[in-house]
Amino acid sequence: MKFKIFFFLFFSVLTISAKQIEVCHSCTIKTISEAIKISVAGDEIFVKKGIYKEQNIIIDKSISLIGEKGAVIDGENEGGILIFETDNFTIKGIKIINVGISYTIDYAAIKVVKAQNFIIEDCILEGVFFGILIEKSKKGIIRNNKISSNRKNEASSGNGIHIWSGSEMEIYNNELFGLRDGLYFEFVKKSEIYKNVSHDNIRYGLHFMFSNHNIYHHNEFRNNGAGVAVMFSKFITMYNNTFKLNWGSASYGLLLKEIYDAEIYNNLFEENTIGINGEGCTRINYTNNTFLRNGWAVKIAGACYANIFEKNDFMHNSLDLAYNSKVNDNKFENNYWSEYTGYDLDKDGVGDIPYRPVKLFSYIVNKTPEALVLLRSLFVDIINFSEKVSPVFTPDNLMDKKPIMKRIND
Amino acid sequence: MLKILKYSFYDLMRSRWSYVYFIFYLLLGFVLLFLNNDVSKAVITLMNIIIVLTPLIGTIFGVMYYYNSREFTELLLAQPINRSKIFMGQYIGISLSLTLSLLLGLGIPFVAYGLFKSAAIFDFSLLLVVGSFLNFIFVALSYNIALSTENKIKGFGYAILMWLFLAVIYDGLFLISLMIFNDYPLDKFSLIATMFNPIDLSRILILLKLDISALLGYTGAVFRKFFGTNVGMLISMFILILWVVFPVFRINRKLRKKDF
Repeated sequence: MKFKIFFFLFFSVLTISAKQIEVCHSCTIKTISEAIKISVAGDEIFVKKGIYKEQNIIIDKSISLIGEKGAVIDGENEGGILIFETDNFTIKGIKIINVGISYTIDYAAIKVVKAQNFIIEDCILEGVFFGILIEKSKKGIIRNNKISSNRKNEASSGNGIHIWSGSEMEIYNNELFGLRDGLYFEFVKKSEIYKNVSHDNIRYGLHFMFSNHNIYHHNEFRNNGAGVAVMFSKFITMYNNTFKLNWGSASYGLLLKEIYDAEIYNNLFEENTIGINGEGCTRINYTNNTFLRNGWAVKIAGACYANIFEKNDFMHNSLDLAYNSKVNDNKFENNYWSEYTGYDLDKDGVGDIPYRPVKLFSYIVNKTPEALVLLRSLFVDIINFSEKVSPVFTPDNLMDKKPIMKRIND
Repeated sequence: MLKILKYSFYDLMRSRWSYVYFIFYLLLGFVLLFLNNDVSKAVITLMNIIIVLTPLIGTIFGVMYYYNSREFTELLLAQPINRSKIFMGQYIGISLSLTLSLLLGLGIPFVAYGLFKSAAIFDFSLLLVVGSFLNFIFVALSYNIALSTENKIKGFGYAILMWLFLAVIYDGLFLISLMIFNDYPLDKFSLIATMFNPIDLSRILILLKLDISALLGYTGAVFRKFFGTNVGMLISMFILILWVVFPVFRINRKLRKKDF
């Protein structure tokens, strides 16, 4: 409480003493860099309508940079634009276009270095290399931004919101498209990412590395080159996200690699080549997710232990589950499988015979990927049936003993 | 030719089997939609049935009609009519009546359940197009067999065997060869092998619409190009047409030399 009062006083002092500096083509101060030079901590710089051709503006004072509608900073494809090296700043309503490309320097529309307590909101960043690049910062809020680019290959494109080493960030309501990775997090802790839409990116919609204790929910990731990747992280919670239309040979709704102790629930995976691809995942609970019309709903590669799949809907996927080993330490229970052909004589809503989600055909496709062209052929149905009756190739203890008869998460 | 076509067509339309066939599809369509209540889901189930059943029925009808109408055909042959016109008339008559049963039998329930409001209309029409193609292909193939085999029982046997081969055994051999030659690049082989079987080809055509997300899972430039663009669709359609043209061509050639 004391802390809060202190902050309140601190900010009220700031606002009282703060002055507003206007920037426009007909004002006395014509450029943003000039305005920053004369400003002191707590000032508000108000950028009026117009196009400002400026690059590498370094801001090292705690100021607010507010843009009028139509205020545009044009980097003319030459370098980075705004670089914040201070705490307690705000940037709002600015449009930044044409950030330069470099293969050695990470040029960004907005770069933040070693900052605390900042807000980046309502900005439109177009034709960027990196959109918002944040290094070694904490307690930042990034909201309502629209970041886009039109790059064609991975090497010449950057990420939308890239955070390297940060904590307690809050990122919401942003739209990101046409970038390399929509959102990229490396060494980010205790952050919350929600209601973002990340689509049509060259690589991942969201890319997570070495970032523990994060939550992301209500995001939508669609049509990205390789879907979403969450790697080498612990204690992640993901819920109410939508992953869809991620098509391609290395494309996943959600790629999990070296993940421990995560909770994944209420998500929708729709029409992805692979819904969830797990490699080295341990102690993960998948609950109440819907897998709809994916190529493979779930693909489990090696070293996945103690994963629990409960109350998920597996509906009309070409293949429900692919498994590359005969050993199984994961549990599937109480899921709904649209392919289930069993019956429920005692009418308790639970099927009386177990369901085996791994089919012989998915085992064959794992070994011989070209066999995919035989999908849904009569011969394949016949061998699947015979394997179902007496499992030889597929793990015989891998089954859902209590499959639910009706759809769960409608 | 038109007169004979008309005659065969009306003859078949009046026959009990066309009705049975029509009613079978009608019931199938209604039951599927009643159980699923969702047009797009029913399309998937229907695909499995169409690619197996349409060829079978086309084959049986073709052989049966040829042997049953043999006496009448001989009577016609005594008249001053071109041989190929007689047989083409019969062939098109059978194929058309089967196709009509299929289209009406499945079309009526789907239209009744609101197909036009559903997004599945394109998938469904593709299904019907493929079904019709299969009718034409398998009637032609069975006519080929019947023309080459005098013995009725043998003819039937061969025809059923052909269906069994194309519907099941071919895929089995295909899969085994894929597994044996696992170490070699097989993507071209697997696509070409698909082209040599009309049932596989039709299946791929429908999969291109229904399971495209899975088909793109394989890493291979040829696959990518085939499945990822419209090339696959166009090539498959073209080869399906060839599958009609070649057997029909062979019927005509066979006819010229055959001694009735």
